[in-house]
Amino acid sequence: MTDIIIIGAGPAGLTAAIYARRAAKSVLVLEAMSYGGQIINTPDIENYPVAAHISGFDFATKVYNQAKELGATFKFQRAVEIRDNGDTKTVVTPKGEYEARAVIIATGSENRKLGVENEDKLVGRGISYCATCDGAFFRNKTVAVVGGGNTALEDALYLADIAQQVYLIHRRDSFRGEEATVSRLQERENVTFVLNSQVTKLNADKKLESVEVTDKAGNTRTLAVSGLFVAVGRIPENQNFASVIELDGAGYAVAAENCRTKTPGVFVAGDNRVKDVRQLVTATADGAVAATEAVKYINA
Amino acid sequence: MAVKTITGESFAKEVLQSPVPVLVDFYADWCGPCRMLRPTLEELSDERSDIAVAAINIDEHPELADEYDISSIPCVILFKNGAEAERSIGLVPKEALEDLIG
Repeated sequence: MTDIIIIGAGPAGLTAAIYARRAAKSVLVLEAMSYGGQIINTPDIENYPVAAHISGFDFATKVYNQAKELGATFKFQRAVEIRDNGDTKTVVTPKGEYEARAVIIATGSENRKLGVENEDKLVGRGISYCATCDGAFFRNKTVAVVGGGNTALEDALYLADIAQQVYLIHRRDSFRGEEATVSRLQERENVTFVLNSQVTKLNADKKLESVEVTDKAGNTRTLAVSGLFVAVGRIPENQNFASVIELDGAGYAVAAENCRTKTPGVFVAGDNRVKDVRQLVTATADGAVAATEAVKYINA
Repeated sequence: MAVKTITGESFAKEVLQSPVPVLVDFYADWCGPCRMLRPTLEELSDERSDIAVAAINIDEHPELADEYDISSIPCVILFKNGAEAERSIGLVPKEALEDLIG
């Protein structure tokens, strides 16, 4: 039996592991992919206190090593279920079942897909979910960004410096993202807004060649693009745990700042929790809070 | 065996004319997921004697990235008999690459 199982080895989960180990609790971290979470996609973090510049990879590696040196155990398995046995919880993975006194869910979120045919097949052949990762492949080419939030706006701005032409496709006529970024985009000669429109078809042979967009009136047009950057939001990875936590309409785990869920002994930390600000620093803060609450729960 | 760094000149010999299948990692130094994937490739290179593992820096060899229509990295391509047989995109668990190799 482990004291605390942490699901997810992103910044929230790793920080929770550090706090739990420093409270002398045994810790097992279950991670589906590799440590670090989505921060590893960030080439340069500039808003985390102390480190003026650090790559997401270096940040994640440092926190991972810190948690490991403190004695946290890591298993690279995907948690598919949590069973509440009252005083203990069972976490199920395809490779086994693990028992703990408390569980912290720090699974974060994944990219929301467009849901257009052939999207999966064209990932890495024109479709991307990360402009800063893949933008460099589209130097002097024509690309499109889909979405209306800050990520979409910032992606479009980033790509405007690299690509020859950028279309910003959005299903409404106004943006959720910051007005200042919208203004900066409007000033760019190589950025064209395609509003009230959705991507309805991806045309490709071996790689993406064009996208069909349909406007609200039902008119379609084809935009020749070699890259399509999808920035239509993220989906919290809570679906597997709906039996022990309450989810809001968007799928986020309902928990207050103390990270407690409806099930005593089950806590939630990081981007998959209901919150207003999803940043690296709020994820690590959640990790500290959730671990402290879990320790309190076990000691009670 | 270590992961072999491929240059434009050695690509034909080390990859296309290789007598064994070659797992080629297209990567860049600025790519976090690529750095995350590297230990897995090193493990595969140590464990598997039936394949070779190689890496191509796409910033140094954009022509190779272009030739293979790569628009997202890490991109791992399995070459057999001089041609692409399988491809994996993004950070994936070791099992996924083992499945790719077969």
